[in-house]
Amino acid sequence: MINWRGLYTVFRKEVMRFLKVTVQTVLTPVVTALLYLLVFAQVLEEHVQIYPGIPYTAFLIPGLTMMSVIQNAFANSSSSLIQSKMTGNLVFLLLSPVSPGEFMVAFVAAAVVRGLLVGAGVFLVAQFFITLPVSHVGWALLFAAMGSAFLGTLGVVAGVSSDKFEQLAAFQNFVVLPLSFLSGVFYSIHSLPSLWEQVSRFNPFFYMIDGFRYGILGVSDVSPWVSLAVGGTFVLVVMAICLVMLRTGYKLRQ
Amino acid sequence: MTEAVRFQEVRKDYGELHALRGVDFAIEEGEFFGLLGPNGAGKSTLINIMAGLVRPTSGRILVMGYDVVRQYRHSRDALGVVPQELVYDPFFTVREMLRLQSGYFGRGPENEAWLGELLEVLDLSHKADDNLHDLSGGMKRRVLIAQALVHKPQVVVLDEPTAGVDVELRMALWHFTRRLHAAGHTIVLTTHYLEEAETLCDRIAILHHGDVRALDSKPALLARHPYRLLCLTLSDGEKPLPPALERLVTEREGASVTLRLHKLDDQIGAVLDALKQAGQSIVDLRTRDMGLEDVFLELTHEAAA
Repeated sequence: MINWRGLYTVFRKEVMRFLKVTVQTVLTPVVTALLYLLVFAQVLEEHVQIYPGIPYTAFLIPGLTMMSVIQNAFANSSSSLIQSKMTGNLVFLLLSPVSPGEFMVAFVAAAVVRGLLVGAGVFLVAQFFITLPVSHVGWALLFAAMGSAFLGTLGVVAGVSSDKFEQLAAFQNFVVLPLSFLSGVFYSIHSLPSLWEQVSRFNPFFYMIDGFRYGILGVSDVSPWVSLAVGGTFVLVVMAICLVMLRTGYKLRQ
Repeated sequence: MTEAVRFQEVRKDYGELHALRGVDFAIEEGEFFGLLGPNGAGKSTLINIMAGLVRPTSGRILVMGYDVVRQYRHSRDALGVVPQELVYDPFFTVREMLRLQSGYFGRGPENEAWLGELLEVLDLSHKADDNLHDLSGGMKRRVLIAQALVHKPQVVVLDEPTAGVDVELRMALWHFTRRLHAAGHTIVLTTHYLEEAETLCDRIAILHHGDVRALDSKPALLARHPYRLLCLTLSDGEKPLPPALERLVTEREGASVTLRLHKLDDQIGAVLDALKQAGQSIVDLRTRDMGLEDVFLELTHEAAA
C-alpha cells in the first residue's frame, strides 16, 4: 500500500525548501539564462541561422530554457540530499515509513516543479527579446517534464552517492554541465563534423532539448517521437538505477 | 507479557571489526530498559539496526512483532527514535518540522491537536514559529523528542538524551520520560550516565565489545556486587594496618583509608575491633553501597582483562 501522505509530505517539504530561497533557486538561474541570451543573441543574431526562416535568437530560447530546466532539476534533488546528509537531518526521513519508491518519486516531482518554474521564468522573460509562438504545447511540456524528471532522478543518484559537496560539484561540473552545453543548446548537431554529430546522438540531453525545441518552434534535428523514445528510455534506466540504490540502502543505510 | 523488541542473534561486521556478536534478548512491553556500555560497545549500532538506519550482517530485530527490514513500515510506525546528535533542518520552523515529520508517518491535519500537545508539554509553544537554527541546544533537544513522538509510537528509543545538557534540562527530560513510561510507552534508554540508568531503568543490559555482558533487573544487577565501601579517617596515618585488613584496602592516602567489605563475610564491627586492637582510633567513618557504576566497571574490566 502506498503511503500517499508520506509521499506528498516529502514532495511538499522539497518544494517548500526551494521556495524559501527563491532568489537563489529561481531568480538567479533565470537571470543567468538571460545573460546568455543577451550575449549570444546580440553577437550571433546577424551571422548565424540554424533553420531557414528562424532567427538565431528564436533558435536559442528553447535551448536555453531547457538547459535551465534540466540544470535546476538536477540541482534541486542533489543539493537537498547532500545538505541533508552532511547536516545529518536526512535521518528524520530515513526513520519514517516512507518507501524507497515514494522517496524517489517525491524528490523527482519536486525537482520537476523547480525545473518547470525556472523554465517558465526564462521563457517568459525571453519574450522581451522575441515573441515566440508555441507550436506544440503538449510536446513542449512533455519534454520539459521528461528532462527535469531525468535530471531530478540523476540528482537523487548523485546526491545519494556523494559523501562530500566536492564530489557532487565534480559530478555537476564534469558530467551535467558539459552534457548540457554539448547537447545542441547553441547549435544544431547537423552543423557539427560527422564524428561529433554521431557522438552527440549518445547524449541523452540532446533528445530532451531537441524535443522541447520541436514543441516550441515546430522544427528539430530528429523526430520528436525518436526523442521521446530515447529520452524516455534514459529516464526509465536512471530511475531503475536510483530505485535499486535506495532499496539496497546504498550510502544511506549502511 | 508481549515483547516490544526482540533481538535475534544480531550480528554486524564492518570488515574485520565485529560491532555486534550475536546479540539476543528481548525487551518487554511497558519496560523502562537501559542499554549501557562504554564507547564502541555496539549500543548505537544496535539502535541503528532497530531503527532501520543500518542493516545487520545476520540475525533480525522485531519491533512490536514486526521485522525491521521486511516489515519496516509497521516497525517504524511503532518506533520513535530520539537521535544522539543535535540534528535539525535549518529551512524550517519548529511547527513546520513537526508537521512534516507527522506527514512522513501518514498523519495529516487530524494530528494537529497532538502536535499542539507535544509543543505544550515540551515547553516549545512559545518557540513554535521560530526557525530551528535560532534555538538553543536544549530547545533543539526538545524538538528532537517531539519529532520522535509525532506518530505516538509504542516504543521510544532515547539515544544518550541528556548528553551535554544542563542539570535543569536533564531533570526536565527525566520527568518527561517517566511521564511517557507511565503513559504506557516502552522506553529504551542508552546512556553514559550510570546514575541516569540507575534512577530510571527497571532492567538493564550491559554491552561490551558487541556482546551482552549482563542483562538483569536493576536490583539483581546490583546484587551481583555484594560489596560496600567503608571510608575511614584514622587517628594515625603513618601506622600500618593489621595484616587481616590490608587485603581489604582499595585506597589509602595518609589517614584516609577505603576498605571494600563483602556484605556477608566482612562485618564492620570486626573491622573496627581489629583497628582498635592495633591502636588506631577512628576520627570519622562512613559507608557507601556499591552502585551500578561499580558493576559496570567490573563487568567491562573483566571483559577487557
